[in-house]
Amino acid sequence: MKIGVVTFPGTLDDRDAQRAVRIAGGEVVSLWHADANLHSVDAVVLPGGFSFGDYLRCGAIAAQAPVMESIIDAANGGMPVLGICNGFQVLVESHLLPGGLIRNENQHFICRDQKLIVENVDTPWTNGFKLGQEITIPLKNGEGGYIADDETLKRLEGDGLIAFRYSEVNPNGSVNNIAGLRNERGNVVGLMPHPEHAVEPGFGPDTPLAMRSGIDGLTFFTSVLNQVVNS
Amino acid sequence: MAKIVSTVDTTKNAKKTPEKEQPWKELGLKQEEYDRIKVILGRRPTSAELAMYSVMWSEHCSYKSSKIYLRQFGEKVTPEMTKNLMVGMGENAGVVDIGEGWAVTFKVESHNHPSYIEPFQGAATGVGGIVRDILTMGARPIAIMDQLRFGAVSNPDTARVVNGVVSGISFYGNCLGLPNIGGETVFDKVYQGNPLVNALSVGALRHEDLKLAKASNPGDLVILFGARTGADGIGGVSVLASETFDADGPSRRPAVQVGDPFAEKVLIECCLELYAAKVVAGIQDLGGAGLSCATSELASNGQAGMRVQLKEVLLRDESLTPEEILMSESQERMMAIVPKKDLKAFTAIVNKYEVEFSVLGEVIREPRLYINWGKEEIVNVPPRSVAHDGPVYERPVSYPVWQDSLNNNSVKNANLKRSNEASDLAEELVQIISSPNQASKSWITDQYDHYVGGNTALAMPDDSGMVRVSEETGLGVAIATDANGRYCQLDPYNGAKLALAEAYRNVASSGAVPVAVTNCLNFGSPENPEVMWQFKQATAGLADGCLELGIPVTGGNVSFYNQTGDIAIHPTPVVGVLGVIDDVARRIPSGWQDAGNNIYLLGITRDELDGSVWSEVIHDHLGGKPPVVDLAAEKALAELLQGASLQGLLASTHDLSEGGLAQTLVESTLRFGMGARIWLNEITERDRVDLTAALFSESTARVIVSVGREDDVKFVGLCEARGIPVLRIGVTDASGQLEIQDLATWSIEELKATHGATIPEFFG
Repeated sequence: MKIGVVTFPGTLDDRDAQRAVRIAGGEVVSLWHADANLHSVDAVVLPGGFSFGDYLRCGAIAAQAPVMESIIDAANGGMPVLGICNGFQVLVESHLLPGGLIRNENQHFICRDQKLIVENVDTPWTNGFKLGQEITIPLKNGEGGYIADDETLKRLEGDGLIAFRYSEVNPNGSVNNIAGLRNERGNVVGLMPHPEHAVEPGFGPDTPLAMRSGIDGLTFFTSVLNQVVNS
Repeated sequence: MAKIVSTVDTTKNAKKTPEKEQPWKELGLKQEEYDRIKVILGRRPTSAELAMYSVMWSEHCSYKSSKIYLRQFGEKVTPEMTKNLMVGMGENAGVVDIGEGWAVTFKVESHNHPSYIEPFQGAATGVGGIVRDILTMGARPIAIMDQLRFGAVSNPDTARVVNGVVSGISFYGNCLGLPNIGGETVFDKVYQGNPLVNALSVGALRHEDLKLAKASNPGDLVILFGARTGADGIGGVSVLASETFDADGPSRRPAVQVGDPFAEKVLIECCLELYAAKVVAGIQDLGGAGLSCATSELASNGQAGMRVQLKEVLLRDESLTPEEILMSESQERMMAIVPKKDLKAFTAIVNKYEVEFSVLGEVIREPRLYINWGKEEIVNVPPRSVAHDGPVYERPVSYPVWQDSLNNNSVKNANLKRSNEASDLAEELVQIISSPNQASKSWITDQYDHYVGGNTALAMPDDSGMVRVSEETGLGVAIATDANGRYCQLDPYNGAKLALAEAYRNVASSGAVPVAVTNCLNFGSPENPEVMWQFKQATAGLADGCLELGIPVTGGNVSFYNQTGDIAIHPTPVVGVLGVIDDVARRIPSGWQDAGNNIYLLGITRDELDGSVWSEVIHDHLGGKPPVVDLAAEKALAELLQGASLQGLLASTHDLSEGGLAQTLVESTLRFGMGARIWLNEITERDRVDLTAALFSESTARVIVSVGREDDVKFVGLCEARGIPVLRIGVTDASGQLEIQDLATWSIEELKATHGATIPEFFG
């Protein structure tokens, strides 16, 4: 099972996303921004970072990269695509997901262990969760405040397109506590928190049981592998 | 726009016009230094040469006042200490063999003065600079830390500096993708006009990937790549530049560099790919003194020379003069020495990353640095005279006139009130844990990414930061840095040893074995003999301490002139200790996680409150002598923690330092929200101290550990066998509170709020 992990100039969490795929049992294929060839991957992860320095607008320049043309086509054809943090911003800039992401409400970069509620499990990236499950995933961003116009929000809520909501604390001022979205078809998911940082005991968020032992993020990657295997 | 009116000063011209007035004084050179340049060259320097010498012979680049003291770090060593040192002092950063074919390189550097003028860019480029030093050794940078000293929290200017510095580090470090795994933040009015912004980076490499900054093979190409060269960071050299502009032209040279972390991130990946392709024979980053430094150091280190065409430098601003190009401190630039046959492969890689480069010239056999501006020769110097044979001073040293009275004004002699009343002591504890220096720094550290890379095993607020180096085996490194300026003001010799002892203890507390030391020595003006005395004492203390502990200094940095008027900062020798751990899975948490564990205090508590947080917070007092340093005890303690950790006996370890036992108990509680019941009577009885000392003394060589009941006998036996004083002082429980018997009980929520509120209150 091949999962492509895209590297743009300025991508930071690509190696972490690759590790997550490997731990979940998938085969990693590195995709380079300037190469439109997807090398027959079965799914794609757009990892976090500051692609092209996040100059202009977060994700705006990356959305124009040659690899994105192919990813947009593949996503429209149903290929599972996960956008994490900057990857989520790229998905929004590519119009694969609606709305926008703006500077955090408190104007600071925030790094914290964030509780989320899983709001939708009918996607290849979330099918291993239980609906309403509370999970802890590291969050780290400067521009993670989700916004959308009223009509879009209504549609997102009405059609069940909200994949994750912040629980306990809304860290960045996102409307309706939105942490992540899915598209209508369900194959495209984007979120601000970083599931690839919660896949390996010892290097994830703290849990009541032990320091840094949280691996809730692994389910994203095992979900997609199961889905691809089953389909 | 100013009009360029004059021509270049060539070596030919310099010979013809020996009497020409030159602004050596404005460039910071002394008469005898200027005279010496003339002797070296056999003529007056050209303006380009003058610019190079002035900046390379500056205190910052030449270490001219500190060199005679820094030598002892290389002299006070044993063969055993240096056997794992692959690269020692003098290179961009020291390199330590950590086993399994891995090496790590680490260093801490100051960016103090720029960070006061322009806190955001000053701090940002401080991170950028130290990371390039690490990259230059052939390593992948894997983590950063920052050591910060600010003025009093209540001073309105402090908020400007704090917000700028923290945002700058956050902006640059986060965008580079390096986890920020720890550091220090201290507030003290002595740093009001002289904040200290030190940045540490650590990198990892395979032994065979080690790179050195040298150009030794004639014919190899000299290539400048990365960002274009602009007018930033030129500073004092503008006095040369101003000659070439209309007298009434604008002063346009910003002295502080501007950072672009995205460019640096791309440069890191590009360099690592160049290294892997083995197309780089030597590499140097461009930091302080820019091209002057890179060309002269590469040539000098390689015992060769270089011919450089300065017109080949890619510029952001075409109006730059050759002197300015030589001096520019534009960030995110590197210089590579590339064999001609590898140029094609080099080009392919830099093109992949869309990094610009230009070939400036080539390495020559003759040990001479020739720099041309078009057809004109503007530099013709022996590179060694610029890079390594600068002036060395033995500055006057004198024992401070105020030292004795400061030392006599001890807590005891000053008759500071110490209460034995439970309610008073409980109130003092609350005051201490909420004081700016002891309060939670999470408002700062939450602005730094400590997850990126996926290898962070420990980070703030644990005693040390720890990152995994090998994913196969779990081999990793731990780093802690410390410096207590108050102790150093009281006694710079022992103050430096205390900083070493604390960093060493912090590393040992995480389960790692301390193996190497770096430092960043922040002091006042070297022209003040009392400051020089402090420097002399501190360096001796650190060198002696390292010898006693058996761990070598691998490199470091000196920052002088941290003073406003006659008032110098407290001597602040930041000491970083690097430890190695065979498997990061074995690391020890700093807080309690499980209920029902026994809590032990290891070490002896003496009545040591001089210079303490208690004396500062409760009495606004500084005087006396700092705590006694006992490095043999530190070593024994570290070895015990090692042994106990290897046997899996330690559920947590937290060192005791500033704020004493009280601070450590609160932090251990808050780390995971596990409560505890503590009794102090056995401490007061065994060590014959009062409750104030039991709670707040800062005696060294102490930690508290928590141990599962099933391991109790084994653990206590281990301590007794090794002669480590051990006392059971409490048990952990799920009560949701911290109870210190006969004193007070606090809910964890209450402690958390108290500990967490202070910093956001001032800066949030």
